[in-house]
Amino acid sequence: MVEVNNIDMDAEPLEMLVNMGPQHPSTHGVFRMVLWIDGEKVVRAESHIGYLHRGSEKLCEGEQYHQIITLFDRLDYISNFNNEMVFCRAVEKLMGIEVPERAEYVRVILCELNRIASHLLFLGTFGLDAGAMTPVMLTFRGRERIQSVFEAISGARMMHNYFRVGGIKEDLPANFEQLVSDLLPDLRADVEEADKLLTYNEVFIARTKGIGVIDTETAVDYGLTGPCLRACGVPYDVRKAEPYSVYDRFDFDVPVGIDGDSWERYYVRVEEMYQSLNIIDQALEQIPSGPVSTLGRRLIRPPKGDVYVRSENPRGEIGVYLVSDGTDKPYRVKVRPPSFCNLSVLEVLLKDTWVADAVIILGSLDIVLGEVDR
Amino acid sequence: MRIVDFFLIILGLLVLFTALSVVVLSLTWLERKFLGRLQRRLGPNRTGPMGLLQPVADAVKLVLKEDILPSSADRAIFWVAPLVVLVPSFMLWVTIPAAENLVLRNVDMGLFYIIAFSVITILGLVLAGWGSANKYGILGGLRSSAQLISYEIPVIMVVIAVAMMAQSLNLIHITNFQLPGIQSITPETARLEAGIQNVPFAVLQPLGMVIFLIAGLAEVGRTPFDIYFAESEIVGGPFVEYSGAHWSVFFLAEYMNTFIIAALTALLFLGGWHGPFNPTSPQWLESLVGVVWFLVKTYFVILVIFWIRGTFPRLRIDQLMAFAWQVVVPLSFANILITGVFMYYGWPWWSLTLMSLTLSSVIGYLIYKHVTAPARKVAEVYNRRRMIERQPRRQAGRQSSGPSAGPEEAVSGG
Repeated sequence: MVEVNNIDMDAEPLEMLVNMGPQHPSTHGVFRMVLWIDGEKVVRAESHIGYLHRGSEKLCEGEQYHQIITLFDRLDYISNFNNEMVFCRAVEKLMGIEVPERAEYVRVILCELNRIASHLLFLGTFGLDAGAMTPVMLTFRGRERIQSVFEAISGARMMHNYFRVGGIKEDLPANFEQLVSDLLPDLRADVEEADKLLTYNEVFIARTKGIGVIDTETAVDYGLTGPCLRACGVPYDVRKAEPYSVYDRFDFDVPVGIDGDSWERYYVRVEEMYQSLNIIDQALEQIPSGPVSTLGRRLIRPPKGDVYVRSENPRGEIGVYLVSDGTDKPYRVKVRPPSFCNLSVLEVLLKDTWVADAVIILGSLDIVLGEVDR
Repeated sequence: MRIVDFFLIILGLLVLFTALSVVVLSLTWLERKFLGRLQRRLGPNRTGPMGLLQPVADAVKLVLKEDILPSSADRAIFWVAPLVVLVPSFMLWVTIPAAENLVLRNVDMGLFYIIAFSVITILGLVLAGWGSANKYGILGGLRSSAQLISYEIPVIMVVIAVAMMAQSLNLIHITNFQLPGIQSITPETARLEAGIQNVPFAVLQPLGMVIFLIAGLAEVGRTPFDIYFAESEIVGGPFVEYSGAHWSVFFLAEYMNTFIIAALTALLFLGGWHGPFNPTSPQWLESLVGVVWFLVKTYFVILVIFWIRGTFPRLRIDQLMAFAWQVVVPLSFANILITGVFMYYGWPWWSLTLMSLTLSSVIGYLIYKHVTAPARKVAEVYNRRRMIERQPRRQAGRQSSGPSAGPEEAVSGG
């Protein structure tokens, strides 16, 4: 029994170990955080990954180049087109192929639409993490609209498998421009609606402003990229820093944050959606007609060599290091996934926070476990 | 007690329970439909006309589900906790009148009884959290005890202010007191009535009503105070291990409590069953119209509660406790103070309204300024951000800092 007279007042506080995940509604997949909590405070945190490991990189070594595109679809399953894009670019770079103009524009349009879809998903689920149930309903409507356009174009709502080395799979439906330009006003309205509801909501700001602050040095040290880095005030965007595809032909801004907290990470993403809408607008004006593929349905056999290509995914910079031994299958494919690198800063952020903030911080990093575990 | 009385009581309880179950079913449907409309969806529309049978489908599904007892749970505590939550919320209804003649037992200490019984709910939540031997459950149970005890105080204080005005703890007296032209209830109130004009307490004590609604929201754990079963953090808190029928008992209690808060707001502040059109001649018609008025007011308050739920995120526990002890509790004391001053000096009725409104607007403004300080800072930042950094096109990434100094794109071999 408890000895009442013998209470050690200097005793170390009792820590309780809480397993958050892998089955937890706010871990965005099968991520597991082990939290040592003292009352409502997180003393220490540890992240465990690997629950979704499928060995994608190893699988790539046994597949032909065109079959790998499917595997890349499943890395970051929220932004499939962006993933296909980076892999196709890597192979094209290795082979030294030029992609037809029209195909480049189509790729950019689809990638930016996918970026909006991904950020919309983030906006909704971040609201859910904070306890607001309405934004997710509003954002999913916009996301659904985008996905039906994707379906009309590629035949699938997700996992499109549409980009090809040297272009895209086939020419677009005849009303492609119409489809996308019809989509844009509605999409803008959806984004604005969710933005208005959540961004300056007092309770939302009280929950997210000043929570999970990353200073610029830490962000750079941990290799954060994408919105998580830009929220700290570093205007680094691969689309600007090292323009690929036709991104140098568009006029767009790189939104940056100031404080580097959860709210800034949220807000940078909201601003990015508006920028993406602008890019799509411009791309629709400039899109030329012509062929969409240089290679056609040919077996890909790049020359011997290696290549590193990076591009800007919704979650940050994705890099692909591709080694070819001259056969129809790559010797090695190494992916530098943005979510994985962004996630590494979590343990630092979670020190001495509230349990409720742990969810907010994890949500603000916007990880996709398919990409973290690969 | 005659045996007939006993059976009458049992019958009354049965009728009450049935009526409450119907109310709860209607509430679940209303919440889904209303939230759906708020979120620009249709809400349930497949089961029956306008999805009216959705609650029935839910109930059937819940009852048919397997009731799981976790292997490490404390069996007795685990099974008894739902009842500890449900029984008090049901017992409260014994003394809540739906119309002047429509109450199971008119207790003179009605408000005292209601407050005393509603506190027991906390015990049930802590038991549920503890008994399920789940860490989220324990966290939720502790959160609920802290939250509910803190917000019990402003509820009591507001109720005291109302009781001071009406000079009674009897709900029927309090409600009748808000009807113009009512006869004296007690000699003490005769002097008061001269100045009071018998208007609904919402007019006399707007501050009291706001505090009551806020604290009531926290009492029943609805957004933005739903931290003790916060789904995205502690996955349902005390209810995390419950399933099937036992979970639905919690669910029932939660909606009953919501209904109680709304009903009490209607009774204490909005004039209960009194309305512009109120016949007095046949008693049954009077009761019927009274019930309709009562339900209209109650459902109005409930819709406000749902509206808040559809709009706000959830507070954090420290923000919640700070709000309770630094804002709501002092304000509820101030509410008693101005009521006492008003009654002691016998000022005209509108002076209390004025005082209450002034106090609530001044304090409300100060709180708003304090709470939204980060928000305003954000807005300034937003204005500054209009000057987003524009980089010249085709400029290579900043080489000095940032991960742009990564490996260069390179093709080798060939």
